[in-house]
Amino acid sequence: MAEGNGALAEQFDDLAQQHEAASLGMWIFLVTEILFFGGLFAGYTVYRATYPEAFHEASHHLDLLLGGINTAVLITSSLTMALAVHSAQEGRRRALTVFLLLTLVMGAVFLGIKGTEYAHKYEEDLVPGIRFAYSGPHPGQVQLFLIFYFVMTGLHALHLTVGIGLLGVLAYLAWRGHFSPRYYAPVETSGLYWHFVDIVWIFLLPLLYLLGTHR
Amino acid sequence: MMPPIVLRRVYYWVYGALLALTLLTIGVAYLDLGPLNVAVALGIAIGKALLVMLFFMHLRYSSRLTWVIAGAGVIWLAHLLIFTLSDYFTRGWLPVAGW
Amino acid sequence: MSPTIATPREHYLNVSYGIKSWLLTTDHKRIALLYLATITLLFFMGGAAAVLMRLELLTPQGDMVQSETYNKLFTIHGVVMIFFFLIPSIPAVLGNFLIPMMIGARDLAFPRLNLASWYLFTIGSVFTLVVVVMGGVDTGWTFYTPFSSTYSNSYVVPTIVGIFVNGFSSILTGLNFIVTIHTMRAPGLTWFRLPLFVWAHYATSMIFILGTPVIAITLSLVALERLFGVGIFDPALGGDPILFQHLFWFYSHPAVYIMVLPAMGVVSELITAFAKKRIFGYGFIAFSSIAIAVIGFFVWGHHMFVSGQSVYASMIFSFMSMLVAIPSAVKVFNWTATLYKGSISYQSPMLYALGFIGLFTIGGLTGLFLASLGLDIHVTDTYFVIAHFHYIMVGGTVMAYLGAIHYWFPKITGRMYPEGWAKFSALVIFIGFNLTFFPQFLLGYLGMPRRYHFYPEEFQVLNVMSSAGASILGVGYVVPLIYLIWSMRYAAPAGPNPWGATGLEWQTSSPPPTHNFEETPVVTQEAYAYGMPEEDIKGGRG
Repeated sequence: MAEGNGALAEQFDDLAQQHEAASLGMWIFLVTEILFFGGLFAGYTVYRATYPEAFHEASHHLDLLLGGINTAVLITSSLTMALAVHSAQEGRRRALTVFLLLTLVMGAVFLGIKGTEYAHKYEEDLVPGIRFAYSGPHPGQVQLFLIFYFVMTGLHALHLTVGIGLLGVLAYLAWRGHFSPRYYAPVETSGLYWHFVDIVWIFLLPLLYLLGTHR
Repeated sequence: MMPPIVLRRVYYWVYGALLALTLLTIGVAYLDLGPLNVAVALGIAIGKALLVMLFFMHLRYSSRLTWVIAGAGVIWLAHLLIFTLSDYFTRGWLPVAGW
Repeated sequence: MSPTIATPREHYLNVSYGIKSWLLTTDHKRIALLYLATITLLFFMGGAAAVLMRLELLTPQGDMVQSETYNKLFTIHGVVMIFFFLIPSIPAVLGNFLIPMMIGARDLAFPRLNLASWYLFTIGSVFTLVVVVMGGVDTGWTFYTPFSSTYSNSYVVPTIVGIFVNGFSSILTGLNFIVTIHTMRAPGLTWFRLPLFVWAHYATSMIFILGTPVIAITLSLVALERLFGVGIFDPALGGDPILFQHLFWFYSHPAVYIMVLPAMGVVSELITAFAKKRIFGYGFIAFSSIAIAVIGFFVWGHHMFVSGQSVYASMIFSFMSMLVAIPSAVKVFNWTATLYKGSISYQSPMLYALGFIGLFTIGGLTGLFLASLGLDIHVTDTYFVIAHFHYIMVGGTVMAYLGAIHYWFPKITGRMYPEGWAKFSALVIFIGFNLTFFPQFLLGYLGMPRRYHFYPEEFQVLNVMSSAGASILGVGYVVPLIYLIWSMRYAAPAGPNPWGATGLEWQTSSPPPTHNFEETPVVTQEAYAYGMPEEDIKGGRG
């Protein structure tokens, strides 16, 4: 199929140079993503330092069980993604396709659980700007926390959705035999992206969910 | 030069460690350690992130340039946080109204 | 050398015709020209807003436009000039065209991403244009909250969308440049043989990558706050407007280095070429670009000295702002040393380069006044600040941009523009510029605030001088537009190296073939090997 020199773009001298460029390009893009989410982390940190009790209180209203399950789901999807890249490196087409699809499915499961969480928040009147009523102390600052919750997890979910789309395309291409041990850069770079999305969640869990766990 | 192929069992060990650390961080959150709660939670998160970066993202097997790029991202984020917080943490140090 | 210079038979401009061959091109040179066209349009759009502002400021009363309209004028002037002209200008036009050629490559690492960058830029510009037509935005290009997030009744969200989309354009360009420079240099082209133009763009790309995402998320949060009625900058919830300023300036200060570093890269090229002399202190200039990019991220609080920021943070930012002047000064000293005992010729690109050095020095020194806490209290938010940054942005960057357009015009088009008109325009621009902006230093020092369309009677003379200068400056910008467009079609052909300059881009034909070089060059000497016994500096004007 399209392996070997058919996959070499004309600005590059060889596939190795092309692979290195693709990998560097994705790492640089991920740096921009670190700073993109980073702005939110900076704002969150400032307000958490300013309103510790309100943030502690607000965090109680998040569902730690669902958050924890989602963390396990995403970590597992990172494993299957790493195994997908491994399969590509070894030229195992069917394994590659299966692992890509497994990763995709787990991403979808994550989104499903997230959607459930959001639905619960809506029922509990805890969605600032859409449906919010709070009778406890510091309602303004609790809203601040919840805005960060929705924006940070929402942005994360958006990135996850893009990742799922990427995986779908990759799974199709993999099934069609598009990749080989010498040409699998798209799989590897998409893997880097997927792992990054996992890392963001690794930080969101303690910052949002674990704040107010102890009384 | 194409990247090296990492043994699958490395991935499985890392996966196990990640799950264990997740359970650990949730468990510790139920204890009241005061200011240490934040430190432990963040420390575990950083540990998990490092495992993902080094092994799943192949950083351990990558060129020095890739290390520099990844490092730059992390350092810049730290810088954004530290310098911004330096304003908030030093307000009111000078006994002049408004400063 | 034959007496008549012939244009090569096939080159990147005539290899294919038709609108699809341009709109779907992946050739970095064509993409550079696409950028040139759209950026020029936006420059004149931003200029139109300035014309209206300077007209209003002819009289002390606010009698030409209402306050709200004036707010919209200075906002759109800032937004368009900063985000849609200055930030992309040299990187997207000259960087795109030249970097692959300067490193001996066939194209950038990611040609399709390059085209996507242009589309994102254009889509962002369309949003901005639509905003103007719909009625404008009045928050100032700085979008301070809570006015932008809550109280403004103008089209803030579409403007933010335009800037956000444009930001992606920047990020992709920076990513492309960094990967290209790392992975696609020709054999023998070590880092310290790279032209300083390339070093400058590498440093600029670092800022694109590390800074742009922060303003992207910050402005997104403002947009969300407007759309949902709640947000993190709302004081009613406990939100802090100063947090917005921190996040905004974290990018927007380094952004000014995005605007000036490529210009400095251009100047390094022009000074060596027109002094026919090896650059003095190559390593110092290369590292100073990186130093400016890095230190530039440590100074943003100097925009916030009177905002409520803590004194201690302000002192650190003030000190770092003094530090960042040092690498800039290093460059000026090295350019000057390069000129010393050089064989200097005063062709139009050189006039622009010399203008840059003088005007940038004035602008940079006035930056030191602003960096001192005590002085800044008095001149902040006055015309002193406006004069300071226009000296750098217009006296600096725009002049370098024009110098670059002229210098590489023969390479890009294969033709040579009329030098007489070029010298005339450079002079008109220099005079017009100084007449426009020098009085503004005085106005600011005397206390005239910025963003006001009325002022005390006693400021009128200086304001009239400034507006008069602006009209001269406007003429200075329109004349090159005319003769350069004319020259693209009708001017005399130029050879591969009309300036007798070093650099790989001059070793191939004018205009170049689509893949830049017939064979990948091999580099064996340093970047500016002028006056060295070297046979392969071809060219000269016959």
